[in-house]
Amino acid sequence: MILDSKIPNGPLEEKWTNYKKTAKLVNPANRKKLDVIVVGTGLAGSSIAASLGEMGYNVKSFCFQDSPRRAHSVAAQGGVNAAKNYKNDGDSVYRMFADTLKGGDFRARESNVYRMAECSLNLIDQAVAQGVPFGREYGGYLNNRSFGGVQVSRTFYARGQTGQQLLLGAYQALMRQVGKKTVELFSRHEMLDLVMIDGKARGIIVRNLDTGEIERHSAHAVVLATGGYGKIYYLSTLAMGCNGSAIWRAHKKGALMASPSWIQVHPTSLPQSGDYQSKLTLMSESLRNDGRIWVPSKNNETRKGNDIPEEERDYYLERRYPAFGNLAPRDISSRAAKERIDAGFGIGPLKNAVYLDFSKAIREQGKEKIQEKYGNLFDMYLKITGYDAYQEPMMISPSAHFSMGGLWVDYELMTTVPGLFALGEANFADHGANRLGANSLLQASVDGYFIAPYTIANYLSNEIHTGKISTEDPAFEKAENAVKKQIEELINIKGTKTVDHFHKTLGKLLYDYCGLARNEEGLKYAIEEIKKLKQEFYRDVRVSGHGNNMNTELEKAGRVADYFEIGELMCYDALTRNESCGAHFREEYQTPDGEALRNDAEYQFISAWAWTGEHTEPELIKEPLVFEEIQPTVRSYK
Amino acid sequence: MDLHLKIWRQKDQKSEGKLENYDLKDLNPHMSFLEMLDTLNEKLITEGDEPVEFDHDCREGICGQCGMMINGLAHGPLKNTTTCQLHLRSFKDGETIVIEPFRAEAFPVKRDLKVDRSAFDRIISSGGFVSINTGQAPDATAIAVTHQLAEEAFDSAACIGCGACVATCKNASAALFTSAKVTHMALLPQGKEERSERVIKMVKQMDNELFGHCSNTEACEIECPQGISVLNIARMNYEYSRALFFKRK
Ligand SMILES: Cc1cc2nc3c(=O)[nH]c(=O)nc-3n(C[C@H](O)[C@H](O)[C@H](O)COP(=O)(O)OP(=O)(O)OC[C@H]3O[C@@H](n4cnc5c(N)ncnc54)[C@H](O)[C@@H]3O)c2cc1C
Ligand code: FES
Repeated sequence: MILDSKIPNGPLEEKWTNYKKTAKLVNPANRKKLDVIVVGTGLAGSSIAASLGEMGYNVKSFCFQDSPRRAHSVAAQGGVNAAKNYKNDGDSVYRMFADTLKGGDFRARESNVYRMAECSLNLIDQAVAQGVPFGREYGGYLNNRSFGGVQVSRTFYARGQTGQQLLLGAYQALMRQVGKKTVELFSRHEMLDLVMIDGKARGIIVRNLDTGEIERHSAHAVVLATGGYGKIYYLSTLAMGCNGSAIWRAHKKGALMASPSWIQVHPTSLPQSGDYQSKLTLMSESLRNDGRIWVPSKNNETRKGNDIPEEERDYYLERRYPAFGNLAPRDISSRAAKERIDAGFGIGPLKNAVYLDFSKAIREQGKEKIQEKYGNLFDMYLKITGYDAYQEPMMISPSAHFSMGGLWVDYELMTTVPGLFALGEANFADHGANRLGANSLLQASVDGYFIAPYTIANYLSNEIHTGKISTEDPAFEKAENAVKKQIEELINIKGTKTVDHFHKTLGKLLYDYCGLARNEEGLKYAIEEIKKLKQEFYRDVRVSGHGNNMNTELEKAGRVADYFEIGELMCYDALTRNESCGAHFREEYQTPDGEALRNDAEYQFISAWAWTGEHTEPELIKEPLVFEEIQPTVRSYK
Repeated sequence: MDLHLKIWRQKDQKSEGKLENYDLKDLNPHMSFLEMLDTLNEKLITEGDEPVEFDHDCREGICGQCGMMINGLAHGPLKNTTTCQLHLRSFKDGETIVIEPFRAEAFPVKRDLKVDRSAFDRIISSGGFVSINTGQAPDATAIAVTHQLAEEAFDSAACIGCGACVATCKNASAALFTSAKVTHMALLPQGKEERSERVIKMVKQMDNELFGHCSNTEACEIECPQGISVLNIARMNYEYSRALFFKRK
């Protein structure tokens, strides 16, 4: 199979304009004849559902939460990037493109990255028009701050709740269409399978999570905007419900998965404190604008942070990466923290953390200023840990956060299954092997507001004569039966161990062998262990209750069943990439001073994987990456 | 630490519910309240019982999905804190804790601690938005919004829609939730144009959903995890009267 990325012709700056010029349109009268399913109501899902509804298509919108407003995008704290150059500090679309490409370690498609930077300008306008109360200067103009991996201030923010405010804007746009009846809403519904007819995506099978009923829904195109699968590690910064099932089930129906092992580990989350723990809370990266990261320079330090004098502190980011210091990109900062922790310099009760210290900033700017900038984060820190970070340094530690991998999509955001689109964190595009902070809200939003409305219309223009798709088609029956069979199977195992037990065990395996650092031996070991764990799951899991009513354990069991397979693929993916890049650090491939060693000659491609069945190895298909505008260089933040 | 729990169990909307007793031992005080419920559920499942259904997702205090009455208080004893951000260190060793769902006629119980809050979504879809289409918005700096105004609007926009205000109100009024959105939008120049229609539609929908009237007890503000002020309600009343006044003219 040869992957056609459908990158338009012409110079980089004109590709998207050229695409839009030639994309086919659907006459407004014909749009009513076309149905679109959108799974997910995060920024990507809400924005595309609202856009398509507005345009006049019949849209059905699904999410598993009780309201679309609770999609995981709501949790994003720090901000959203846009190359507006309001600060006049030398920013431009081109610079943002270059930063993103470099930040992603030259493992992203140039054309996509450029388009994201280009569309960033419109997103801020859209959000402000919707009433998003972004941070403002006293004169009334929009304010910015800077984020890891860049030297300009291009991050727009709404206190520490940027995701919440952007999502509420998109949710309100969605609810406006729901009120107008152009969008029909199905909350508390989980997609469990994709239905294909004649090789095209034609519908989904969902479970009504309140009643247990299995439903069929048909459409001319299906959009998956189901977010990331970082919760596979169990401990992560993601919401408890985040999962990979929708994309995984589409994968098993023929959509390729790209770069599954590239999962970003965020440097500034709260450390784990016990084994009952269900998640790790993120402290926004924006804290690194004023906070300084350090560990004691003495091994096994027992004194409290405040009692350790300045000369006995190791500001290791400032030491190793003087040009970017505390703002070094996430992969580099996380790895540097792990390096110090592993070397015995970690702090906190479990010696698994580093300090993030605001004493200098408070001394220089005053407590009020710091409170205004990060007050809610300090409050959150106090609530969770019981410590006051105005008085003593915070303790932070790296944790799984964002999946750069996901369904492979072409320039139109269409997967290898015709009529199946993947938007936002569910696709692999734009971030390469490492995502720069504040680019993800951006990507999810521009996919939904500005890109997919053109590309989906282009696809639908060939569907106007198709007519209504019947849910009586045998393909629906078959998919429905398979879903019901799996539910019955899970309920009937009646073993002894809980779903969470399996999820935690899998997560630990992945942290240890396919986490911040990987090596060949470990990955091979992990693949075998995951296989065994999966077998044990099907023998010994206990899912209480029934399939025909509300049953959270059953929901979790289905997701964990998919996680085993995703985890295995992650390990294969990491195993076949004999280089280090971004989030993927293969211990065998590093420079003498411990930096990642990329191998462009052999690995300048995207790994896209095809499902070949349960007991066979997945098939690797390569999409070569061509760099016309910027030649890959060694990433240096020194 | 040890805890004695009394938890509301209800099979579905139609069944009758009752409080059941559970004992948990050797809990870590650093555990969150929901992690304590996870621990209880693990125990129930391994013992062959059905776990307690409760709503939650982000566990960061921002999605608004969690929420239950804990010893009669929405989201428990801590001020401005969601249930997921509550930790066992806020309770005493050996304490008895009564856990019930958020109650209101407009929030029917689905099962155990889960309630149906979709009435909130319908209030938003009745008018809680700016009628701007996607794709072609004017430049964001075209209209200046002062720092103070943006911050004030933000204070209202920060509502997480958890429903604690309704659950704690003796009239089960949704005035705090609705007024927060009305205020957020009415304050900003982008939302001002539609303020009259918006407030009329949202208030009407609020009444249709069987929420009660606000009688100014101000309990909602005290229980709100985001500290949304009752001044929003005053603002909503002002906007409503203003809208009616201009409509009549
Ligand atoms: C704590 C945290 C902080 C972050 N901070 C930032 C930040 O400051 N800046 C930034 O740019 N990015 C940030 N990110 C990343 C960013 O929030 C996400 O990448 C982005 O919001 C993803 O949006 P999305 O629309 O793709 O998916 P999501 O918002 O995750 O939405 C997924 C949707 O899919 C639905 N869904 C999933 N599976 C199914 C199924 N099977 N059936 C039905 N529905 C389903 C869910 O119900 C949900 O509606 C942060 C992430 C985290 C975890
Ligand atoms: S779980 Fe999201 S607010 Fe508590």
